[in-house]
Amino acid sequence: MKRVVITGAGTINALGGNVPNTLEAMREGRCGIGQLQFHDVERLAVQIGAQVQGFAPETLFNRQQMSLYDRFTMFTLIAAREAIAQSGLEFSGALAARSGVVLGNSGGGMTTLDENYRSVYEEGKNRVHPFVVPKLMNNAAASHVSMEFNLKGPSFTVASACASSNHAMAQAFQMVHGGVAPVMVTGGSESMLCFGGVKAWEGLRVMSKDACRPFSATRNGMVQGEGAGIFVFEEYDHARARGAEIFAEVAGFAMSSDAADIVMPSKQGAARAIKGALDDARINSEDVGYINAHGTGTAANDKTECAAVSDVFGPHADKLMISSTKSMHGHLIGGTGAVELLACIMALRDGIIAPTIGYEEPDPECALDVVPNEAREADVNVALSNAFAFGGLNAVIALKKAP
Amino acid sequence: MDIETKVIEIIAEQAVLEPSDVRLESTLESLGIDSLGLVESIFAIEEAFDVSVPFNANEPTKSAFDISTVSSIVSGVKALIAEQNA
Repeated sequence: MKRVVITGAGTINALGGNVPNTLEAMREGRCGIGQLQFHDVERLAVQIGAQVQGFAPETLFNRQQMSLYDRFTMFTLIAAREAIAQSGLEFSGALAARSGVVLGNSGGGMTTLDENYRSVYEEGKNRVHPFVVPKLMNNAAASHVSMEFNLKGPSFTVASACASSNHAMAQAFQMVHGGVAPVMVTGGSESMLCFGGVKAWEGLRVMSKDACRPFSATRNGMVQGEGAGIFVFEEYDHARARGAEIFAEVAGFAMSSDAADIVMPSKQGAARAIKGALDDARINSEDVGYINAHGTGTAANDKTECAAVSDVFGPHADKLMISSTKSMHGHLIGGTGAVELLACIMALRDGIIAPTIGYEEPDPECALDVVPNEAREADVNVALSNAFAFGGLNAVIALKKAP
Repeated sequence: MDIETKVIEIIAEQAVLEPSDVRLESTLESLGIDSLGLVESIFAIEEAFDVSVPFNANEPTKSAFDISTVSSIVSGVKALIAEQNA
């Protein structure tokens, strides 16, 4: 089996328009959550979110591209441009033929849907723009990445709600690991911050109206974010032969299904995914220094996740660090695992652990080292990234320091 | 239909019971209503009475709206309606 390394990373999210700015914000514990700004926001009971600010797509895309790209596709392309430029790869010939792109996404082009439903239902129009379907389909982002970068190998989109991008990165890892593709572009994106998107979430009554405070006894729900995280997964020998800079090694992953409840998480399902990732990567649990938690800030997730971590790691659970960066960039749903993998890379490469901000008061049911409020320096060899989706679909990825 | 009868009807429908089987002292748990059923019941109450029920599933006990029994829910709905008409 081939070893798999990360040779490129890109992002755009509420914390920053690229990887350096995002990591700086995570180091400083900055919060990207604020008052939402879009049409009809005054009709929402929940009016906060982690929106991408200062976004000027017209400076990045031409007129034809603008008419074909939903916001989630734009975010994806911006992050993919950064990741692939960083990797130094150009795709042509045999490399292009075998390399592909697998991305996570949950809602597809929600803004496109929202705008066009408003147009036909509220404004009573009987004609919509001809590109509504190619804009809103949730494989649009993966397809546009394949076109812009000439990726002709296996390409598709994975949808498993909040675990989508972890499931996608697991697929990409497996393809490089198994020798199907020398390089895979992977990660995920989401853009649900529009009236219909937030209104739908509001109905479930799990959203906070003031802040995302994972693991804090005072937490009162999740806060949505938007953006993309894209990575270049490359076969280690291929990367080494061309002298590429390596961010980290993807050591393994595991997926599990709770098979229990459509919204309530299961400790056993989460624990099986965490333990499975350690086994797949052949890592001793004592070697794990950092976990980027799913940490949504809901009552149900945080205590279940902490219990699962305690079960898997035993006494070592009290020694490792576990933080939720959703407190800063919000919950990017289908793109969240991708942005959160950046915190794992920062832990391994830079020795800096991103904090859980907004932490106010310990919760006895979340009694782990959640790196409250301030980033910390630490030498970490192995990091995990957890994602546990509605529907009980879990995916955990294990990263190691660059070889 | 009075408020109490309507609330009981909503809860009975959620619990798949006859309204006569729902007692004022019953808890939602004793009627077999789980967290999803609770959120759906609150939605049905909001729609039936055109009120906004202050309820966050993350902190159900902290809410000013007391969901501990059918009786407390009826009182809560009455208070919300009174507030709205005030």
